[in-house]
Amino acid sequence: MAFLTTHPDVVPLISYRFGKGATSIDKYLELDGYKSVQKAIAMGPEAIITEMKASGLRGRGGAGFPTGLKWSFVPKQSAKPKYVLVNGDESEPATCKDRLIFEHDPHSVIEGTIIAGLAVGAKMGFIYLRGEYRYLLKIMEKAIDEAYAKGFLGKNIFGSGIDFEAISHTGAGAYEVGEESALMESLEGKRGIPRIRPPFPAVVGLYGGPTIINNAETLATVPHIFRIGGAEYAKLGTERNGGTRLFCLSGHIEKPGVYELPMGYNLKKMIYDVGGGIPGGKKLKAVVPGGSSTPVLLPEEIDIGMDFDQVGKAGSMLGSGGVVMLDETVCMVEFALRTMKFYQHESCGWCIPCREGTDWLKKSLTRLHAGGGVDKDIDNIKYLAENMLGRTFCPLGDAAAMPTIAFVQKFRKEFEDHLDGKGCPYHHSLEHEAVLA
Amino acid sequence: MATETTTIFSPELAARFDKLVTQYPVRRSALIPMLLYAQDEVGYLSPAVIAEVAVRVGIKESDVLSVLSYYSLLRTKPAGKFNVQVCTNICCMLRGGNELFEHCKKRLGVGNKGVTPDGVFSLEEVECIGACSWAPAVQINYDFHENLTPESMDSLLEDYRAKAGK
Repeated sequence: MAFLTTHPDVVPLISYRFGKGATSIDKYLELDGYKSVQKAIAMGPEAIITEMKASGLRGRGGAGFPTGLKWSFVPKQSAKPKYVLVNGDESEPATCKDRLIFEHDPHSVIEGTIIAGLAVGAKMGFIYLRGEYRYLLKIMEKAIDEAYAKGFLGKNIFGSGIDFEAISHTGAGAYEVGEESALMESLEGKRGIPRIRPPFPAVVGLYGGPTIINNAETLATVPHIFRIGGAEYAKLGTERNGGTRLFCLSGHIEKPGVYELPMGYNLKKMIYDVGGGIPGGKKLKAVVPGGSSTPVLLPEEIDIGMDFDQVGKAGSMLGSGGVVMLDETVCMVEFALRTMKFYQHESCGWCIPCREGTDWLKKSLTRLHAGGGVDKDIDNIKYLAENMLGRTFCPLGDAAAMPTIAFVQKFRKEFEDHLDGKGCPYHHSLEHEAVLA
Repeated sequence: MATETTTIFSPELAARFDKLVTQYPVRRSALIPMLLYAQDEVGYLSPAVIAEVAVRVGIKESDVLSVLSYYSLLRTKPAGKFNVQVCTNICCMLRGGNELFEHCKKRLGVGNKGVTPDGVFSLEEVECIGACSWAPAVQINYDFHENLTPESMDSLLEDYRAKAGK
């Protein structure tokens, strides 16, 4: 079982029911469960969206798009059925937060899904979990069965005259499927390749119908917004960045874990106070602030608030909330290579800049790290990455390119130290010798 | 569609599949979960599994093959009884994931995607499994094991070996 880590600055809003046995519907009801959806039924679609806009909630999957605004894009009239799709394909390296929500509070995901459905007039919700999360799928399936048994799902929910169906669904291993359009393809039983946009899913989505796609944490937050009120929720965070979020601290940190902290929480404090600093008295070398796709920050760049705007101003992204600390022993070329190896593995192959770009970047970084690099490799790596940006159907190409550009820009000297057959100054391994042989 | 008399799956799984295809607006949506559940029961996606699944969702076998080749959890060859999946992605790498994977290779005497001669274990280097704050981590079949060291990995493998009745 995975648990939330505690600290005095933690604000238990999303994690309000964690560790309290709320996987059982009776316990969930005892802890104010399914009250928000009843409030939402009484409010009606327009007031729901107004409340969501007031909350300042922005998508927790990574892009940070305002949730209320996203919901407002769904057309009121539609010839085709509308759907809600919960993205629980959590696969961005450094991100392990949705896991805790599914494990400790599955009903909050269901309740949030119903509220999203009420807001846009959808009658069916799909909760998509990554295939690796089998134990969580079982928890979700049980929660859905319980909700049906109580009449919270199905026909005439809460006696409102409104119908809403929900089912859970498993993937089978694919990072790309976390991208909204590839997610829809996957749910339709196809290879997870992205769709060109426009039209956006809010207009033409799953099975051709208007579709709301939100990250699991985003939807699990929704009932809490209605529990305390949108304005109150907004106040927990910073301007245009309402509320709290689950931050996942990992890498070289004394107390790794998932912490619920207010939006805008200072990154330096998060590392040295909440996370207990860098182990072994070592120096911090770099921080990846929001999952593996976000550009790396230097130690002198971390005195910032962790919200979408402030991290954006610092030249990176808040992303999915995965904060990775790297100490002075890390070889940045090796780190860049491992990051690229991942994106090369996960590229779906649909768009040439991503398919070829990630492959060549992996090859170049492998050779450079092994000591076989030539001078122009460093600029070539940057040039290749820059030319992937914005040239693909989906953001996977950008996700691979953005961190790579930052690694070269901020750690160029380290790349240069690998040249002239010297190999990695940090360590040699048999693998490197094999590449050189 | 397949009837109970022709299915290669257990009656429970066949019944589950009968229901699964009706739960979605289109039958094909059941394809990926169906392949994964079939693999759980049969061990891998054999030609017979692919043939029956194709009939059940109403698509061609070649379409099933196209889809299954995309997803990393789906396999067309048997794995060990216990599939040891070691994450070496960035967060695990920073906390000893590569060393753990090398240790498993030596310990099990197989390389990446290898199966031990007795069929008990298979080993696989995998991408992020969502255990980043509890790294390094492995998944054995669907079970997560976290904050591992080579020593705790050894005792874990011993536990699984005992479970296999060896």
